[in-house]
Amino acid sequence: MIYLDNAATTATDKKVVEAMLPYFSDIYGNPSSLHRLGRKAKAALERSRQVVADFLSCDSREVIFTNGGTESINLAIMGYARKIGKGEIITSQIEHHAVLHSCDQLEKEGFKVTKLPVSSDGLLDLKAFEKALTKDTILVSIMYANNEIGTIQPIKQIAKIIAQFNNKTKANVLFHTDACQATGYLPMNVKNLCVDFLSLNGSKIYGPKGIGALYKREGIEIDPIIFGGGQEMGFRSGTENVAGIVGLAKAIELIDPKEAIKETKLRDYFIKKLLEIDGVVLNGSLKKRLPNNINVSFAAVEGEAVVLRLDKEGIAASTGSACSSKSLTPSHVITALENSPERAHESIRFTIGRKTGKKDIDIALAKTKAIIKSLREISSIESK
Amino acid sequence: MTGTVKDIDGNDWLYSQKVEDHFFSPRNVMREGMSEDEFNGIGEIGSPACGDLMKVWLKIDPKTEKILDFKWKTFGCASAIASTSILSEMAIGKTIDEAAKITPRDIMEELGGLPKRKIHCSVLGDQALRAAIANYRKSK
Repeated sequence: MIYLDNAATTATDKKVVEAMLPYFSDIYGNPSSLHRLGRKAKAALERSRQVVADFLSCDSREVIFTNGGTESINLAIMGYARKIGKGEIITSQIEHHAVLHSCDQLEKEGFKVTKLPVSSDGLLDLKAFEKALTKDTILVSIMYANNEIGTIQPIKQIAKIIAQFNNKTKANVLFHTDACQATGYLPMNVKNLCVDFLSLNGSKIYGPKGIGALYKREGIEIDPIIFGGGQEMGFRSGTENVAGIVGLAKAIELIDPKEAIKETKLRDYFIKKLLEIDGVVLNGSLKKRLPNNINVSFAAVEGEAVVLRLDKEGIAASTGSACSSKSLTPSHVITALENSPERAHESIRFTIGRKTGKKDIDIALAKTKAIIKSLREISSIESK
Repeated sequence: MTGTVKDIDGNDWLYSQKVEDHFFSPRNVMREGMSEDEFNGIGEIGSPACGDLMKVWLKIDPKTEKILDFKWKTFGCASAIASTSILSEMAIGKTIDEAAKITPRDIMEELGGLPKRKIHCSVLGDQALRAAIANYRKSK
């Protein structure tokens, strides 16, 4: 299997699994327990929290462990909005559903939600963003990098605009960024990024599934969304997933900055070769793009058919076509680029990873070309 | 991708072997170089924006009104491709009255079932067939 779906999830690194194993059947204590097994688990928990804090250049008290990216995002957005009680949340049309649907829920609860459009390159228009801030705005949530098209948003500039607005109007607009796809590839110093909340996820960085973290700047008050024993400083009740947390920390320790350089080269080669095929467009900016993301639309062929034919050839990829989604609606991200649902139906995403080599890409290219040719032969629309 | 995986509601998550067969080796596709002139009923349904566009060409014997040939092309997913492919086999040899009675359920049964979320995709071939029959009747 040539796995080119690393944005969906990554393989858990064997070293991560090794680090986690003692915390299932040996050091299985509950970190809240006073006895030695509990204390050992507690020590592992706090060591791991320090690893995450160092990675984000923050204090360990600013790290809340959750069960994944979606929960981190829900906790930041809902937890903060509900604490304030009313107001407006500004986000973009291409956010992950965890952000968009949290906002939809808040809208039902009486909050105002503004979803800003993006350019045809998939980037936020900073001027339009600046204008969108109002006296009612309480929170901005903009993703660091997009999960479908890999576009990188100018987080520092967005933070600067918010800070200027706050200064000028004596407002207190906070900024959350969904960094689930960015982790491992982009700078993660929260003090440099000037964000108030940052969500990250274990299963996108060769860590286990079911673990994530939320950075919440010291002093910000939020309401919990899960209630119980008051773990995680009261913000996230429930016995801590110690093995998962240890795994997340190990995955972070294994991040190698050189990886981004290697993957960028492979990505550029892959994109260049794909664009040589007739009737292909790249979705999202070429320059401001994650090192692992390739997303193209092949005119006149439907994405699910391509993904299933690729699967038959041993290649794992994904599509924004409606036919592959549970909701039967095409990708909101690709549709937002040029208001073209057709392009979303035709989109294929390849996301490379640590183990991807040039040979894998050459095989994927050859198979993709043959599949596109064959499906175009039976297509009822002309490929442009 | 054989349909042995079920979701929590007990529905097939993946495709049956029959669907797979027709998806990977579609029958009766209108190929490049074939002449449209020999067909006397043409129907088109769907739109690329909706992710499906189906076109059907029928060669109907004017005397017996039997379908002598059925060719098709589609911009569609695996189940749209497979259901139209199997529909072409079902329709050839039938009179247009008989063929017009083929329902999406008939197609689905012939395919050995479809995942629930994909059933709507099987409707298009059937609609395009009806459109082609209507086109033949109108131009008669």
